[in-house]
Amino acid sequence: MWRDALLVAGKDLRIELRSRVALWQVLPVAVLSLVLYAFALGPVRQTLASAAPGLFWLAVLFSTVLATQRSFAIEAGEGTRDGLRVSGIDPAGVFLGKAAAVAAELAVLQIVLWAAMTLLFGVHLHTVWLALVASFLATIGLASAGTLYGALSAGLRVRETLLPLLVLPVLAPVLLAASRAWSGALTGSVSSGLSWLRVLGPFAVVYLVIGIVLYGPLLETA
Amino acid sequence: MSVRPEIPSAAAPRPRWLRIVGVAAVVSTAATVWLGLWVTPPDKIQGNLVRLVYLHPPIAWVALYLAFGLAALSSLLYLWRRTRSLFWDRLAAASVEVGVVFNALTLATGMLWGRPTWGVWWTWDARLTSTALLLVLFVGYLALRRVPADPEVRARRCAVAALIAFVDVPIVHFSVIWWQTLHQGATVLNSNLSPTIHGSMAWTLLLGFIALTLVFVWMVGVRYRIEVLADRTDAEHLEVSLAERWAEGDLDIAAIAAIAATNASNGGTGASLRPPTRVGP
Repeated sequence: MWRDALLVAGKDLRIELRSRVALWQVLPVAVLSLVLYAFALGPVRQTLASAAPGLFWLAVLFSTVLATQRSFAIEAGEGTRDGLRVSGIDPAGVFLGKAAAVAAELAVLQIVLWAAMTLLFGVHLHTVWLALVASFLATIGLASAGTLYGALSAGLRVRETLLPLLVLPVLAPVLLAASRAWSGALTGSVSSGLSWLRVLGPFAVVYLVIGIVLYGPLLETA
Repeated sequence: MSVRPEIPSAAAPRPRWLRIVGVAAVVSTAATVWLGLWVTPPDKIQGNLVRLVYLHPPIAWVALYLAFGLAALSSLLYLWRRTRSLFWDRLAAASVEVGVVFNALTLATGMLWGRPTWGVWWTWDARLTSTALLLVLFVGYLALRRVPADPEVRARRCAVAALIAFVDVPIVHFSVIWWQTLHQGATVLNSNLSPTIHGSMAWTLLLGFIALTLVFVWMVGVRYRIEVLADRTDAEHLEVSLAERWAEGDLDIAAIAAIAATNASNGGTGASLRPPTRVGP
């Protein structure tokens, strides 16, 4: 399973590296959204700084939708999906691999977004390790839940409009918990930030397990 | 040879128990309305507003526990190989659809109650927020269901989607509660909104629960039947149209053949055109 996951993740990431869609389309949109949020809220530094963690995770959330859509779009054509199925790769491995590739993309995205946020909004992390742990758990949760729904809506004609409706309410707890944890990390109130890891951790574990169990039946449906 | 199928609606009469439940639902709802509006006394503090207590909690009970619980259970039973049957899929679909209606009604009646008692239509209370998210989650399920697909494929896809969504419900709930307690402290809803209820009020509330449960059962029953009929129509529609088209085709070809035959008798060579054997009765 793990070897298959590595293979699939490597394949997805190689395609991304060569096509550069994630790099030149998803990433700029995420950074652009930060600028747009600033337009919506006004240029006052204090307002922006207090809203920063929420806006950061909102940008990550919407990018998750784009990244998972992209992750299944590369398999839409030329029977790639069927090829994956007949190649004898464990469905759980496919799930883990695709989720890992999405997670890697999201990690890069967060680094860039964080740099942009520091420059544009003038905020600084007080407790870096808390932000890192929160990011790690949230990314696993976002990637696995996103991949599940991506597989669910892959191959449907209405997938572009259906996926956000399905996935955003499910990801809402991650947005809530990750932005609270980050706001703890920004202000240095570690204890209040730490308590939110109790949401992020179980979310990541639950959706990883569901994905490993249910991905097989999901692959058959398309 | 295909036989022209019967019209589906004529094939499956409405089951008798459904009618009985429907009548019982109407009677008990009417009784709840009568007791709630005329017999029970107004509340000391809330006045006539308290009458919403006979409606709002039973609606919420139907939506949040009955409907979504039943949908979760049937999705699970569908995915489990031993009990896999389209019955569970249709039951899940029917109860989610009714559940979404009741969920929206829960929010609506809650807002109607909230405005005069708290002065606002909406607060970011844990219960309110998670109920609203629940509504969106299951609207997504219904949207997924509307995507045309083979019934088996759709059933599996929807069952998986329902389960992924259900797992989210407790996480949403706890995260929103923590959000509240860490952010604003206790809110209005946590104060004792429904004080201990006595006498006629208690009985009316109990009747309200029974009435809306009956309404739920009736609606799910009707919805399930529509689902069966819709699936059957989808499957048979093609055959019916094909049979009809063939029947039309027979006429056309017969007409052509008749012309050809006249031509032939006039010395042409159209005699090889023969009407085909008729398909269907």
